[in-house]
Amino acid sequence: MPSTTEPDITRYRYDVVVIGAGGAGLRAAIAAREQGKRTAVISKSLFGKAHTVMAEGGAAAALGNANPSDDWRTHFRDTLRGGKFLNDPRMAELHAREAPERILELEYWGALFDRTKDGLISQRNFGGHEYPRLAHVGDRTGLEMIRTLQQRIVALQQQDAAELGDPDARLRVFAETAVTRLLTEESADGRPGRILGAFGYRRVDGGFVVFEAPAVVLATGGIGKAFRTTSNSWEYTGDGHALALRAGASLINMEFVQFHPTGMVWPPSVKGILVTESVRGDGGVLRNSEGTRFMFDYVPDVFRSQYAETEEEADGWYDDPSGHRRPPELLPRDEVARAINNEVKEGRGSPHGGVFLDVSSRLPAEEIRRRLPSMHHQFKELADVDITAEPMEVGPTCHYVMGGVRVDADTAASDVPGLFAAGEVAGGMHGSNRLGGNSLSDLLVFGRRAGLGACGYLDSRDGPEPPRAAVDGAVERAVAEALYPLRQGDGVNPYDVHGQLQDTMNDLVGIIRRGPEMERALERLDELEERSRLLCAPGDRVYNPGWHLALALPNMVLVSRAIATAALERTESRGGHTRDDHPDMSPEWRRVNLAVRADGDDQVVLTRRPVADVPPELLALFERDELAKYLTEEELPEEERS
Amino acid sequence: MSERKFRVWRGSGEGGGLTDYTVDVHEGEVVLDVLHRLQATQAPDLAVRWNCKAGKCGSCSVEINGRPRLSCMTRMSVFEPDEVVTVTPMRTFPVVRDLVCDVSFNYRKAREIPSFTPDPNTGPGDFRMRQEDVERSQEFRKCIECFLCNNVCHVIRDHEENMEHFSGPRFLMRVAELEMHPEDTADRRKIAQDEFGMGYCNITKCCTEVCPEGIHITDNALIPLKERVVDRKYDPLVWLGSKIGVRPKDTPIVPNTRRPADEG
Repeated sequence: MPSTTEPDITRYRYDVVVIGAGGAGLRAAIAAREQGKRTAVISKSLFGKAHTVMAEGGAAAALGNANPSDDWRTHFRDTLRGGKFLNDPRMAELHAREAPERILELEYWGALFDRTKDGLISQRNFGGHEYPRLAHVGDRTGLEMIRTLQQRIVALQQQDAAELGDPDARLRVFAETAVTRLLTEESADGRPGRILGAFGYRRVDGGFVVFEAPAVVLATGGIGKAFRTTSNSWEYTGDGHALALRAGASLINMEFVQFHPTGMVWPPSVKGILVTESVRGDGGVLRNSEGTRFMFDYVPDVFRSQYAETEEEADGWYDDPSGHRRPPELLPRDEVARAINNEVKEGRGSPHGGVFLDVSSRLPAEEIRRRLPSMHHQFKELADVDITAEPMEVGPTCHYVMGGVRVDADTAASDVPGLFAAGEVAGGMHGSNRLGGNSLSDLLVFGRRAGLGACGYLDSRDGPEPPRAAVDGAVERAVAEALYPLRQGDGVNPYDVHGQLQDTMNDLVGIIRRGPEMERALERLDELEERSRLLCAPGDRVYNPGWHLALALPNMVLVSRAIATAALERTESRGGHTRDDHPDMSPEWRRVNLAVRADGDDQVVLTRRPVADVPPELLALFERDELAKYLTEEELPEEERS
Repeated sequence: MSERKFRVWRGSGEGGGLTDYTVDVHEGEVVLDVLHRLQATQAPDLAVRWNCKAGKCGSCSVEINGRPRLSCMTRMSVFEPDEVVTVTPMRTFPVVRDLVCDVSFNYRKAREIPSFTPDPNTGPGDFRMRQEDVERSQEFRKCIECFLCNNVCHVIRDHEENMEHFSGPRFLMRVAELEMHPEDTADRRKIAQDEFGMGYCNITKCCTEVCPEGIHITDNALIPLKERVVDRKYDPLVWLGSKIGVRPKDTPIVPNTRRPADEG
């Protein structure tokens, strides 16, 4: 057992190191291994437990199985509408084009999606998607996806076992291992230096590990644990966002945080646990305490023409989508979350501070159990509610961060040579608001691209090998930093600081934001940062959760700063960023991405960057009237002359 | 809110014992909430493995008052108001620290099973499968790999020496899942018996009882797999076919996957 004073370090060399073992990380690792690169996957949890497992509804891909009118252009259009035109258009295009291939590939690796009558992959309706588009397995699609990718990795390891005698020869999973620092080369010209590898610790025995590798793929997921009410697991501490900032990369769109409209609200201990959007996709409706289907009152101007105005019209859509407009319960998530928030605020909430989500009066009990087995189980076990007989109580919960590492769409390369990012930790794809179902497909499309991007970088890399001293110096600093909380005799309790951080972000930078509150949040974050330098963790290095939290907290504080700083700067409301003091969406702001970088002391610096133009052939997918609601006059295509 | 008595096993692979705690419990809480409160207020280094806290990842398996369960799905209301709640690590796997076990046994067993093997003449997008044909395997793919079934199975719970030649209900079910996959072409029946220890199972259904996903492991996976193993052995046509070499060969265990655990 390692002592607290003598760091033992295990060293490894790999071509590609993937940090994170959810959907994006595993897909990236598969891609790199298939290119013949020696690849390591580093997972904070056990293999196969990553947050992807919690995804319920499905993976969006325009396969056209449920409605042959669907194609990638329609998916692209829906994605831009959902993101309020702030998406990186190239990412949205690649995603819509490649998602079907990625889903069929999973099926070929053994995934068993639900089927249509013709034996094809079945697809379900979801918010913001014009056609039924989500490939799914009941309401446990994330589990199917992660298990399939896990089993694909095992299959590749079996090939190596047979060929090379060692299953870990070219692809190895380091379970329960956390990375605390990226190792980078010093650079003289002020630009970020090349990636040299990563440093971390094993949770099981506290031993330190150094991975020397010229290419690192970040696939660490999100930041939800900085908020009190969240659907995210303990792993979502913004590690990848913070690692990237400290390595010199920039993040974009950090002000955009998605609050999923339907989390459980009662009992208190389960507040925030996700209630899948499939409940609404399969016919569930939202009502307030007066029994009113209130979403009809919240259809914003930009979506007015696409959504039903009466209950009759909305109910007709499920059986005859071409003759009816969509029910407003299936608006994008940001719209539904704000509407629920407002109903509760105006006194029409449910007994425990949410609204009612009812599927019991809409589908036969047997059908509910078949389509939504996990939801049935979850409410029965955790809240004593039978969803086949009574409505659920639901309210908004922090679910997803649209912001992340600024990357090149085609290769997933960041600003730091050798550093790549995919999945939730990458920014741009979803603009200001992600559509449900677009995350699982994002993981597959850009996970693969990041793995290939890293291989491309390795093959084209030139320049001298990094000097030994560069790695050793960085490792020495990382060791000292990691041991600090254990050496503090008497200090600050990390669990207390974490609670205060969650309250700060939830209350002051939450679903509805105001300038003065965010200023207060930034002051509190300064205090919390001070205190997080004094954290202490009693005990030794073996599976010590207090120590692990102490090492993750500075990441959460840094990422929270990035969110609050960008949110204070953006004086408009768009997608997952709603300002009470600036309620309108501004065409001028649509042209701007806020980019965040960090200096050596974890202070964040904002810059403005232009959003890339949508290519004319893709802009032509929209009516000019619709574009006029988003774009400035000068950006609009010329009016057609008759 | 009420005060409750908890007894939690603290220790390492070398030994340990039960420690008593008095802790506040709030309405609607599960055992994992209470363990988290212990960490935050009394025992910051109490080792607990968990992830989703929603019954979806299968990380927080422990034994509560002697019964293998997920701590995130065990509500405090299932106990009598004055009942002491005793939480111990899974018994079948070696303890790392406190409630955390070394479950690497399971990952080694997973690697020995020949993977999904589609017909090489097909490609992505070629499969046509009916819902009723995928449903059997879909039930087994609900598995969240909490390993409670392997923990409770007496073949290895009471006989460590069987671990080398018995994969446990979780991985026998994985074999059944692949055998029932409509597009799989391998034949794992022989190795199910010879390598993965199907014969050790005497269908006591303990695994089914503890499955938090309610999978009918014994009735739907293990018994049908046993029947298939027997069919293969006694089917005269199979016997004849194997003699004259017209029947597809038995798929062997994956080479070089059965070896001691890696360090770290």
